[in-house]
Amino acid sequence: MRQIPARMRVRYTKTGRIRYTSQRDNARAWERALRRARLPVAYSEGFSPRPLLSFSLALPTGCESQAEYTDLRFGHAPEGAADFEVGTSWDEGDVNEIAHRLGELLPEGLDVISACSLLGSEGSLQEEVTSCSWIVEVAGMGATELTERVESLLGAAHVPIERVRKAKKVTDDLRPSVLSLTMEGQGASPGALRLRAELATKPRGVRPAELLGGIDPTLTLVRASRTAQWIEVEGGRLEPLTADGRLLGTTAPQATECGR
Amino acid sequence: MPSLFEKIEPLLFAVEKPARYVGGELGAQSPTHGAGIVSWLLAYPDTYEIGLPNQGLQILYEIINERADAAAERTYAPWTDMERSMRAEGIELFSVENHLPAHEFDIIAFNLSAELTYTNLLNMLDLGRIPMRTEHRGANDTIVVAGGHCTYNPEPLADFLDAVVLGDGEEVVSEITEVVGRWRVISAADRHRVILHRALAQIPGVYVPSLYRPLFDGPIQVGLEILDPAAPSVVEKRTVADLGEWPYPMNQLVPLTEVVHDRLNVEVFRGCTRGCRFCQAGMITRPVRERPAAQVAEMVARGIERTGYDEVTLTSLSTADFSDIEGIVTGIVDDPAHGGRVSVSLPSLRVDAFTVGTAAKIQQVKRTGLTFAPEGGTWRMRKVINKLISDDDLFAAVDAAFSQGWRRVKLYFLIGLPTETDDDVLGIARLGQRCVEIGRQYHQNVTVSASVGGFVPKPQTPFQWHGQDTTEELTRKVNLLRGAAKATRGLQIRWHEPAATAAEGIVSRGDRRLGAVLEQVWRSGGTFQEWSEHFDLSKFTQALEDHGLSMEDYTTRVRDVDEVLPWDHLSAGLHKDFLVGEYHDSIAEVGVEDCRWTPCYDCGACTTFGIEHVVASNEPPAGGSQGTGQGLDLGVPVPVSLGRPGG
Repeated sequence: MRQIPARMRVRYTKTGRIRYTSQRDNARAWERALRRARLPVAYSEGFSPRPLLSFSLALPTGCESQAEYTDLRFGHAPEGAADFEVGTSWDEGDVNEIAHRLGELLPEGLDVISACSLLGSEGSLQEEVTSCSWIVEVAGMGATELTERVESLLGAAHVPIERVRKAKKVTDDLRPSVLSLTMEGQGASPGALRLRAELATKPRGVRPAELLGGIDPTLTLVRASRTAQWIEVEGGRLEPLTADGRLLGTTAPQATECGR
Repeated sequence: MPSLFEKIEPLLFAVEKPARYVGGELGAQSPTHGAGIVSWLLAYPDTYEIGLPNQGLQILYEIINERADAAAERTYAPWTDMERSMRAEGIELFSVENHLPAHEFDIIAFNLSAELTYTNLLNMLDLGRIPMRTEHRGANDTIVVAGGHCTYNPEPLADFLDAVVLGDGEEVVSEITEVVGRWRVISAADRHRVILHRALAQIPGVYVPSLYRPLFDGPIQVGLEILDPAAPSVVEKRTVADLGEWPYPMNQLVPLTEVVHDRLNVEVFRGCTRGCRFCQAGMITRPVRERPAAQVAEMVARGIERTGYDEVTLTSLSTADFSDIEGIVTGIVDDPAHGGRVSVSLPSLRVDAFTVGTAAKIQQVKRTGLTFAPEGGTWRMRKVINKLISDDDLFAAVDAAFSQGWRRVKLYFLIGLPTETDDDVLGIARLGQRCVEIGRQYHQNVTVSASVGGFVPKPQTPFQWHGQDTTEELTRKVNLLRGAAKATRGLQIRWHEPAATAAEGIVSRGDRRLGAVLEQVWRSGGTFQEWSEHFDLSKFTQALEDHGLSMEDYTTRVRDVDEVLPWDHLSAGLHKDFLVGEYHDSIAEVGVEDCRWTPCYDCGACTTFGIEHVVASNEPPAGGSQGTGQGLDLGVPVPVSLGRPGG
């Protein structure tokens, strides 16, 4: 039987109609695809075992993405239940092949771009990702006015926004989370204007809708697409896995090139 | 036909659960429409997540799409937020596959599974820009059809339906397709709707309400006038004799978003002859027709491989009664391809220790709660309703459940049953308390939850003449029960809202005059009435009053067995004297055994249609009172009546 690493990271998109599903739906789609692929998926313990999958920051329902990540874990599967086994002598080409096989089993719009084995010493995607890049298309305001609002937000020391957290209304300062924000003119959607933003994920992520609330509550969200997720490494920023399959952005010291 | 998706998409960011409206399920089809193709829009009058798993619609979806001359898409009731946006933007009801407007389809076919969804059906017609009343539809308007269990009394919706299908739909959808295909090519000048109606009425199992006119005198229906010689005096249901010929759905839909029953569902048999007198499903789906075990195994194996689900439900009205159920579930659980990760669930457990043993074996993977349905709180009550479970069998089943690791047991009961006394109601608390005591022998903390529903008498059952309890009486009984259960830690009483039971009761045995009532309920905003946050009984009572009708006449009034019933011209095959006999036996507290394994009671379901039970094994299940009755000597002796007195 062919061997596979115990852990691997997959980069994929979420585009088209499937963007209207939730993060939870996304996880379930992955679970079904993994079972169909006959991979020796590792499961949690307990009364209701679930495949051990970890995702990067939840993508809000309705948003598209060019840069979603899932870390997969494999373990022992009973005889006859899987076509691969976990071992140490795997071929990185097989890792890619498995990822693309999964891509075919995932619903349309969840398209696998690249994959890479992990050593196991990498931090979790949730902990490591520090910011995300977004393209946000909005309506409800002219170009000049929107440019002014963007400048005024960038010039402000504090931008209070109301959010609901654990069923309670809280006021957070949006400003420190907006690492960059530019108005780029006409968007692709008819009548929409396009903003480009980099939003910090610590201490907690900012959703595109919340960004709009901070710019001007009358704006409506037409389209939002996450174009990248970033990990801060020694002052620079790198992706958790590049589109061409290089594992560059991790704080784990030894893992800079494809896990091994 | 033009896709509406470009208009729909801008609404989706702002609505709850937008995945309800985009389709994209694994197994979804993308049919082409055009000349020579009869287009069906299969509709479920509730939300996507309730309607999508409906197996009936999924079966018909595949059968219709297999035909070269037909195409089927699906639609569900948009939630209130989406409906508001759609109305504001002038977007009509659409299909989820190609997002085509409902009124562009030749046929819209609704599944009717619950009375409180009827106003959603009206709302969907309105949202689909299909003339709501049959009499207002012209030659080019969409044909409105309904099927499903509620169609055994479709009279409350008769004004709105061109045709109603009784019974199994597998064969009849093709016959309807052919009739509609021929009607569509008649030249426009001659294409009168009544020609279509007459042709549909010739199809066995199809009821065309516009060809009949009920006659009323005061609160009751006194007759039925047949308006057209093409209309049969009695419409008999359709029955598929061999389930093995219909291994559908072959490609169960796997939705992108979570829905109810989100797992593989394989129907193992249709029909039930346990003979529970309150149960409409058990009466109207006779006889029992098992799917061949090898086909079940194949459908499960292929379904798991294709969908990636890790749970399969073997569906039927009483799955533990399937011949060699143990062999089937063991085969699934032990299939090496599943790697021990696939769990099996049985929607209804027979109440005996033997069945619990099977459940323990098959739920090694995931173990949730166990549910039993004794339905009645005392043995007397259970003889009345013919749910022949002895107390000892229930206790043995519960003992088996707790001893094998379960800590939560759920019990289902009905209140408001014929001849019910307060002692029968309190019997529910006594059973619950005893079950908690049994559980405590094994675990410190156990939960026994008793779910109590108000009984709604259903058409085509022995209780179709019974007077339903008032909401006040149901509320009093619930409170009585809650008081009695309070002292027992670990015993929870849950109950169904009595007002909702009343509304369901109005419609369940309603007549054609309810059409105007339902329309008014809908016009006053009464959609999603089965959702507690939208339910409003006053909309029903107000509409009844405005039309000179009363809730009591429909719900609490005891019918005379000689009274004309609004569904007398619709037949599930059951002889009326069988139903009357069962009604009388129930009052006399006489139970009858399952006819699968005992002599025939001549209910009519087999003989009317020249079919028989299809069961792989004539051996009744081992052990327990729900088997051959050998357990019954443990309790009060049951007088068993074989055949009708004098018949």
